[in-house]
Amino acid sequence: MNQVVATQAWLRRNLFSNVFSGLTTLLLLAAALRWLPGLIDWMLLQAVFKADAGACQAVNHAGACWGVVAEKYRFILFGRYPHTEQWRPLLATGLLLLVIVASGMRLLHRRFLLAAWALVLPAFFILMGGGYLGLSPVGSDQWGGLPLTLLLATTGMLLAFPLAILVALGRQSRLPLLRGLCMLYVELVRGVPLISVLFLASFLFPIILPPGVSIDVLLRVQAGIVLFAAAYLSETIRGGLQAVPGGQHDAAAALGLSHWQAMRWIILPQALRAVIPSMMNSAVSVFKDTSLVTVVSLYELTGSLSLALAGDAEWRSFYLEGYLFIGLIYWTGCYAMSRFSRSLEPGSGISRPLA
Amino acid sequence: MNRRRANCRWPRLPAEMAGTAAAPAPVARMHSCPTFAPRLTDPMKLPNIARPWPAAIALLALLLHLPAAHAGRTLDQVRQRAQLVCGVSTGVIGFSSADSQGRWNGLDVDVCRAIAAAVLNDPNKVKYVPLNAQQRFTALQSGEVDLLSRNTTWTLTRDASLGLHFTAITYYDGQGFLVPKKLKLTSAKQLKNAEICVQSGTTTEKNLSDYFKAQGIKIKPVVFEKFEASIKAFFSGRCQAYTTDASALAFIRSKEAPRPDDYLILPELISKEPLGPVVRRGDDEWFAIVKWVIFALIEAEEYGVTQANLEQMKASADPAIQRLLGSAEDSGKLLGLERDWAARAVKAVGNYGEIFQRNVGSASPLKLPRGVNALWNKGGLMYAPPIR
Repeated sequence: MNQVVATQAWLRRNLFSNVFSGLTTLLLLAAALRWLPGLIDWMLLQAVFKADAGACQAVNHAGACWGVVAEKYRFILFGRYPHTEQWRPLLATGLLLLVIVASGMRLLHRRFLLAAWALVLPAFFILMGGGYLGLSPVGSDQWGGLPLTLLLATTGMLLAFPLAILVALGRQSRLPLLRGLCMLYVELVRGVPLISVLFLASFLFPIILPPGVSIDVLLRVQAGIVLFAAAYLSETIRGGLQAVPGGQHDAAAALGLSHWQAMRWIILPQALRAVIPSMMNSAVSVFKDTSLVTVVSLYELTGSLSLALAGDAEWRSFYLEGYLFIGLIYWTGCYAMSRFSRSLEPGSGISRPLA
Repeated sequence: MNRRRANCRWPRLPAEMAGTAAAPAPVARMHSCPTFAPRLTDPMKLPNIARPWPAAIALLALLLHLPAAHAGRTLDQVRQRAQLVCGVSTGVIGFSSADSQGRWNGLDVDVCRAIAAAVLNDPNKVKYVPLNAQQRFTALQSGEVDLLSRNTTWTLTRDASLGLHFTAITYYDGQGFLVPKKLKLTSAKQLKNAEICVQSGTTTEKNLSDYFKAQGIKIKPVVFEKFEASIKAFFSGRCQAYTTDASALAFIRSKEAPRPDDYLILPELISKEPLGPVVRRGDDEWFAIVKWVIFALIEAEEYGVTQANLEQMKASADPAIQRLLGSAEDSGKLLGLERDWAARAVKAVGNYGEIFQRNVGSASPLKLPRGVNALWNKGGLMYAPPIR
């Protein structure tokens, strides 16, 4: 009896606290009743889980064909990387994910963390590229799938962040030349879409270079992503810098701190903290924008999925299931990032100054 | 803003006030002013894809008339790296596609393999670079690939203005229409005011508007960038007709349609689509090699040389076969290749007829008839100049 009352109280408090909330609850309930059974039926009950194209075609889209993932997951996850060598991208991705998670959840002391990054990044390149330790060389244009997505997003953000801080500071500089250059850079890069930056990096750049000189395509594309992300990020950070009240500068000066000391210990910590949500926005954007590198023949997660399915007569019609699969991967990554961002916001040790 | 900054007054700690040497350094180089009202910049947002950009950049590259970075002897480069870099499609069934293990196959892929066999004596020494419709020519111009074997239609504009050479025709295609039966259409000319689904970035789109302009019929093209999106839209009823090359239509009807019997292919072919491999301009030797390897494959079919009977045929008394297979004259020397260049190509992939049957013909899921792609002496258009 008590339990029923408690449940009723809980229901009233959480689901039917006023007319609007009550209506919303009913509406959502109706929607769930209307759509959920069909969805469960399609996703689970009628679904085919075996990698059997005949069974999938027999079901004829009345149920999901998860078999397409079972059949193609290696192609989707590792793209054009040579089939027999795919343990290498698997290991490399595992290591990179491990150190990313360790950084995000602060599992390691700062000093160990730095060491871990310093170890894992070279290990990633050695594993993927080969040429050392008896590993056969694999050109970076053949890297693909998840490792490529992770690499482009992680190094993109890691390198764009310091560059963005420098540019943001440069735009506040008293030297007109420096200020002008930084402004020119930001306005130029912001004025074009990422896809054209990638096209320039991939196709126009080798034409301009003198004959015989060639720069790795992945390097060119990564540089393009870093420059692009840094331009946006620098504006975010500049916003943060402007949000720090002038009194903070004065106080730092009064303490006898030099310009760079003041920046390092007083201004930047407050400025960056003020724009954490915005910066995480950029990180999420960079993560998802890596899917654009498909246009320059680098087949990351999205690209390798369409490459895996487009030419396969038996599996081509089940691309929806494939997209759901990589959608889940992207969502997991983005959700993890937003959790990380939230964990940064409270208790980062600096109280918010009065504006 | 600059003036305000210049006029700023900063609290200073004069050195003399500090008195002792241990005093903090004077803060003379403080840069910023007390800030104005805190203002947030716009939240960062990366823009979406703007589709005309790649095309515009490719055009820019051409307008500048920049020399190709990798001009020179392609053959030497291919031999030096012991690998042929072949531009293929991102997946066209029967022409070039990758299987679950990442192995490439198809008619266009077999052309790459034949050339690798002729040049490097190993059909597996090929790196396939999947290219989409918009990027394919730029990739060839910039030297990313040695050869573009990617069901590309030979047109005057492409041949004359893109810095390319079309080599030979490996498949004669044409553009057709797929329509639902319930519309009771019997001819493309009845598609007045119809919405027609079409994929962008290919000659298909232009043929469509040209054909109906010539007929004086108004239609509404509905353009999609991705193949999947375009057929999904058609089968969900977004358009009254779907148009693409005839080689793909039969397969789309039988495999992608929810109920194949509800759809039919109209009899008209509205365009000529001669497909073939493309090379960069400025390397005539390489152009000749690609062209003649394809001719050799066609000639092998004409003389009945197959993958299976190749060794017996080498002993044939027919001078034409002897020239083809290098058992009498050395036809390879003129191309800068070894004596048995054509024999290697046939050994790797079979003659043209075998390539056709395996990839798009009766032994493939596409099951296309030979039609105009039969040999010239069997009522088709496949005609190779003589190897002599």
